[in-house]
Amino acid sequence: MVRVAVVRFPGSNCDEDARRGAEQSGAEAYFVWHRDTSLQGADIVVLPGGFSYGDYLRSGAIARFSPIMQAVQAHAAAGGSVVGICNGFQILCEAHLLPGALMRNAGLTFVSKPVDCMVERCETVLTWAFDRKTPVRIPVAHGEGRFVADAETLARLEGEGQVVLRYLKSSPSTEGNPNGSMNDIAGICNAAGTVVGIMPHPERAVDPKLGSADGLLFMRSLAGVRPLAGAGR
Amino acid sequence: MTYRVHVRVMPRAGLLDPQGQAVEHALSALGFAETRTVHVGRAVEIEVDAKSRDEAEARARLMCDRLLANPVTEDYQVEVEAD
Repeated sequence: MVRVAVVRFPGSNCDEDARRGAEQSGAEAYFVWHRDTSLQGADIVVLPGGFSYGDYLRSGAIARFSPIMQAVQAHAAAGGSVVGICNGFQILCEAHLLPGALMRNAGLTFVSKPVDCMVERCETVLTWAFDRKTPVRIPVAHGEGRFVADAETLARLEGEGQVVLRYLKSSPSTEGNPNGSMNDIAGICNAAGTVVGIMPHPERAVDPKLGSADGLLFMRSLAGVRPLAGAGR
Repeated sequence: MTYRVHVRVMPRAGLLDPQGQAVEHALSALGFAETRTVHVGRAVEIEVDAKSRDEAEARARLMCDRLLANPVTEDYQVEVEAD
């Protein structure tokens, strides 16, 4: 059984959703505290959404130096899988595990609503259960989700197929890009697809009663670690 | 010796600064028609123990590189005053 460690920071608030989502999909999911130093043999680490350390200074800037993050860095460096959702994505960028940064939404307001996105890359730890490019409707809930990167980084992400999730600009029902992200980017990964960060919340869309079950395939991907080419677990 | 260090972190020029734009619009609406551009950043004051001004500044720059500023989106300036 795949072991999924969900890191709890002070201010995390999607930790339980992430753990339940992974568990319901068949993983063995458990919490680790930000002060812990061991991931307890995790196959996949999830950095959940929320407002770690009150978003002080910059979102994710302080969480990045939590004791557990040393273990997460080592895990990633060894080819291990790490997934950041929303605040977790911000932490991954601050920790330089993913390139770029997430800035204040272009509209300056906190945006909380379902958005239509395209899963553009299936060869990642979070999306391999999709077998082709697939549109999904999952919620966003953030004030700082505007992805920015320098031109060179952006070209590399596009050229190497490291854009995992993109807001569907043409969607009339959800009004497209909710935050002004460059190239409508909603999520990216490292070259191997083992480190993934996305702003939308698949863990909040795992049952039609929640408005959408489009998040299920993300959770199933977490629960079934498929070996990725060129990467360890 | 204790030094007081003033750190000014500003959004990098050329990047969209919606906060600055919002303040710019508000100033214009208040009648400050002379307002050209506004950028909103962050000021950090740090008291540090150091052997010299130079050391205080070098340590403060390291603090900026590691934590206080995001190298992707922000630039910073460091100014040291003697206590």
